[in-house]
Amino acid sequence: MPMPADQIETLIRAGIPDARIEIVDLAGDGDHYEARVVSESFRGQPRVRQHQRVYETLGGRMGTELHALKLSTAIPE
Amino acid sequence: MTDARTRIDEIVKSNDIVLFMKGTALFPQCGFSSRAIAILDHLGVGFETVDVLQDPEIRQGIKDYSDWPTVPQLYVKGEFLGGSDIMMEMFEAGELQQLLEEKQVARAPS
Repeated sequence: MPMPADQIETLIRAGIPDARIEIVDLAGDGDHYEARVVSESFRGQPRVRQHQRVYETLGGRMGTELHALKLSTAIPE
Repeated sequence: MTDARTRIDEIVKSNDIVLFMKGTALFPQCGFSSRAIAILDHLGVGFETVDVLQDPEIRQGIKDYSDWPTVPQLYVKGEFLGGSDIMMEMFEAGELQQLLEEKQVARAPS
């Protein structure tokens, strides 16, 4: 089931308030997204944990409602 | 431990590099799995794959095992490394090659 980009952003923002979030709808079908999430709170965390924290904000939608999300995370320069 | 968990634990611990994926190395059934295979192929390392589409128990079980919502998932020497996005980030940064060398699984035994 498709999910609008602003809903994804809202969910991530709720869980990681300081995040800078960029979302691209890759296929224009509301089902394949690319998201880049930059947050100071990632500092010191391994990549796996950074991605896990983003997935947590999506509360179980990842892999179900949200089929494909290409994710990258970073710490602000 | 549940059955699936025990089985996954055995797979993860008995293979230096194992990728849980959709489809097979020759015929990946999803773009993310395909990308993961391309990275491993490019690195020229030997690896095992598990097709989660053939086994519903493993398909669900692996998500619980790693606390990770999607497939593919890469394990190196028993350690969960991440999905295809992390593999790509690490590969591009040269970190994946470095990690495999450190863990002494850099090259496939011929």
